[in-house]
Amino acid sequence: MPAPIRLRELIRTIRTARTQAEEREMIQKECAAIRSSFREEDNTYRCRNVAKLLYMHMLGYPAHFGQLECLKLIASQKFTDKRIGYLGAMLLLDERQDVHLLMTNCIKNDLNHSTQYVQGLALCTLGCMGSSEMCRDLAGEVEKLLKTSNSYLRKKAALCAVHVIRKVPELMEMFLPATKNLLSEKNHGVLHTSVVLLTEMCERSPDMLLHFRKLVPQLVRILKNLIMSGYSPEHDVSGISDPFLQVRILRLLRILGRSDDDSSEAMNDILAQVATNTETSKNVGNAILYETVLTIMDIKSESGLRVLAINILGRFLLNNDKNIRYVALTSLLKTVQTDHNAVQRHRSTIVDCLKDLDVSIKRRAMELSFALVNGNNIRGMMKELLYFLDSCDPEFKADCASGVFLAAEKYAPSKRWHIDTIMRVLTTAGSYVRDDSVPNLIQLITNSVEMHAYTVQRLYKALLDDISQQPLVQVSSWCIGEYGDLLVSGQCEEEEPIQVTEDEVLDVLEGLLVSNLSTPVTRGYSLTAIMKLSTRFSSVNRIKKVVSIYGSSIDVELQQRAVEYNALFKKYDHMRSALLERMPIMEKTASNGPTEIVQTNGETEPSVPDTKLPPLITQPANQANDLLDLLGGNDVVPVIQTTLPTKPASAGGELLDLLGDLSLSAIPPMTAYNKNGLKIEFTFERANPNPNIAVITIHATNTTEADMTEFVFQAAVPKTFQLQLLSPSSNIVPALNQGSVTQVIRVLNPQKQQLRMRVKLTYTHKGSPVQDLAEVNNFPPQSWQ
Amino acid sequence: MMHFLLLFSRQGKLRLQKWFTPVPEREKKKIVRDMTTMVLGRKPRSCNFLHWKDLKIVYKKYASLYFCCGLDAEENELLALEVLHRYVELLDKYFGNVCELDIIFNFEKAYFILDEFLLGGEVQETSKQVLSRSIEASDMLQEAEIDNSDYDLELGWP
Repeated sequence: MPAPIRLRELIRTIRTARTQAEEREMIQKECAAIRSSFREEDNTYRCRNVAKLLYMHMLGYPAHFGQLECLKLIASQKFTDKRIGYLGAMLLLDERQDVHLLMTNCIKNDLNHSTQYVQGLALCTLGCMGSSEMCRDLAGEVEKLLKTSNSYLRKKAALCAVHVIRKVPELMEMFLPATKNLLSEKNHGVLHTSVVLLTEMCERSPDMLLHFRKLVPQLVRILKNLIMSGYSPEHDVSGISDPFLQVRILRLLRILGRSDDDSSEAMNDILAQVATNTETSKNVGNAILYETVLTIMDIKSESGLRVLAINILGRFLLNNDKNIRYVALTSLLKTVQTDHNAVQRHRSTIVDCLKDLDVSIKRRAMELSFALVNGNNIRGMMKELLYFLDSCDPEFKADCASGVFLAAEKYAPSKRWHIDTIMRVLTTAGSYVRDDSVPNLIQLITNSVEMHAYTVQRLYKALLDDISQQPLVQVSSWCIGEYGDLLVSGQCEEEEPIQVTEDEVLDVLEGLLVSNLSTPVTRGYSLTAIMKLSTRFSSVNRIKKVVSIYGSSIDVELQQRAVEYNALFKKYDHMRSALLERMPIMEKTASNGPTEIVQTNGETEPSVPDTKLPPLITQPANQANDLLDLLGGNDVVPVIQTTLPTKPASAGGELLDLLGDLSLSAIPPMTAYNKNGLKIEFTFERANPNPNIAVITIHATNTTEADMTEFVFQAAVPKTFQLQLLSPSSNIVPALNQGSVTQVIRVLNPQKQQLRMRVKLTYTHKGSPVQDLAEVNNFPPQSWQ
Repeated sequence: MMHFLLLFSRQGKLRLQKWFTPVPEREKKKIVRDMTTMVLGRKPRSCNFLHWKDLKIVYKKYASLYFCCGLDAEENELLALEVLHRYVELLDKYFGNVCELDIIFNFEKAYFILDEFLLGGEVQETSKQVLSRSIEASDMLQEAEIDNSDYDLELGWP
């Protein structure tokens, strides 16, 4: 049997292969030779063969049949064999392999070997990939070696201990005694690995942290020596002595000083010294400064030191080196919450980074810019961010658009500005806007009542330009459907109203229906919009025709809609106007994140004229007239029961409402009516986030012996208020307080006038109808102030 | 800690892979593919840091080789660059003006040097001289074995 070819020869041969197939053939041939060599239990060339196998493994070929051979090599007496054996073990024998545990005994023996380099191999292998069982078995050996005076072994044992602790945290205690005098070592390797070990222990156990806090003075001293000592050829990196050790010590100091005043105080001076004296011309100096800044920000440092740290970051931002700019932006992002004002000072530099060519830097700058937006700088910041949105890569557009919407929602100085900003985003990055923004935007537009005409006009103009961006098209079609009447009547106050005919509007909407660019969802929006216009426009016949065409559409959703709308025209025409009325103001639920109070920046909003309030669904008018007649007063607006469309549910929304209610002091309940055994109590809540809406729940109870059936509660309020009644829980008020009827009333009180209400009660009691009127004036001041 | 260290060429060929956490074979291949694609796809003057899943990726190009490592989120990226640089210096000292071919033909030696420099994903020795001395001594131990052997032929080395 000829000797197997040498490793380097094999490598040379394989590299001559011109195709993947050729390479595969060579490798298969060699693997076969190696396999038979293994079968023959050849000791001489095992090392060579495994080495070749490892090379082929790196090329991506399977090498599992070499696992046992690695074990045999490890068990060999020869150092050469062990070296390759352990290398093979680290590459092929991770803890997921069955034979992994078989290594344990070999490693144990080698940990006690007479040659330190063999011990080193064993420690290295154990420390890189030892499984939990192996660590448990061998922890004692590692602990022994941690106490040796041989620095070569001690440093490896320290890192091996770190691995053991990571795998089996319960074993941490056993290494404690050995750490006693680790820091008094002169050898930098041991010092470095000891600091790593101490860091690991402190991070994992608060008790250890307390225990090691007393080491702070010693650490400070070591760090000081490193900085003050002269040139040391052994550890010098560009004029700095052992930067690796310096950084690790700074990191350990950070952990020890966190939330502890005394320790933080003890390290104050050295941190200031490092921060001011470290040479910043090379990367290594900046690495140390970076770690120092992180430490200063994390411990309880005095404010002067914190300002120094932020200023270092500010200088980093101006550095030519991209890496340093990136690192500065990341760190500022971490500190922007706690040291907001200090970071604000560097806002212009950060905004400049938006124009950087590097993608990672741009992303960080964008995130940081959004974090810095507040009520004072919103206009300027938004200009920059919108410019960024225009010119940035597509991968950023979705996040940037969402960020702009969020920031605009929080800090919009005026409604007009808000709508303009939304328009800008939709037109420039319209196809990247997230799907959930469409309903949010629609809700926003609905609530800006006085801007409806302006909004629909701008959206219409945008549609004329471009119908490819789906979110824009969807929002526009919805608005045109809702406010098309405002569009054609040219009512816009904010800007020059455009002349648009009904036919032109319908042309545009029909165009959306047939366009290839429209998605099925968009088509749904436009069909519904066309339908809604049937109550707002006069060209009903045209609309009827369009709707009937889509009754045979292939798209099931469109077909269903068209068929139902057709039915509205034919059988249910009397309901059509009611069903297609204006949407009421929707309850605002924030999509995510904590409740934010809308910050209006002192700019006056146009006051809401009462006449523009959306009318509510009307029931047969006679009841309303009765109320008016009976009450006689001409300053009362009748309001009938309505059912509110279910508000968009989101778990976050419910929670927000709860929190909102808790945050205000409770308004005391009151008794509104108490006569003939019928008692009606009002309880109050403030509807968040709109403080102008008071939510009143009425509780009607009955102390008589007979039920009150067909119970109807009606209410009326003065003209400056708006009132909505939701459905009652039932129509029967059970006798003898066995239950109650509850009903929710929502009162909009934008002018904060004193709340007054007239109520009318009708019910049947013991067979005869009862009717009563009352005035409720005793509302507690908190309910309307 | 460092989770992995990879060396690959401009064409995406793997020259060295060190894993400090247990990863299934398939997953390793995927990570290597991802790293290669991401790093080779970077524009020439970009910064050396990336984000991938919950790891920081730090990479640096030396001649035709890319050195790429994956770190925990709390690691110092600038220092990681120094770590990579130190490893290159060690290789350079050992091979004398190291080039990619040296690492291809002597990959096991590159591993040995790495194993003296890093252990369990952490730096174990910060002095270049001490480290070089250990490698020399280990190599001499190996040479001594071959010299003292009873066999006439080379014991499988190189």
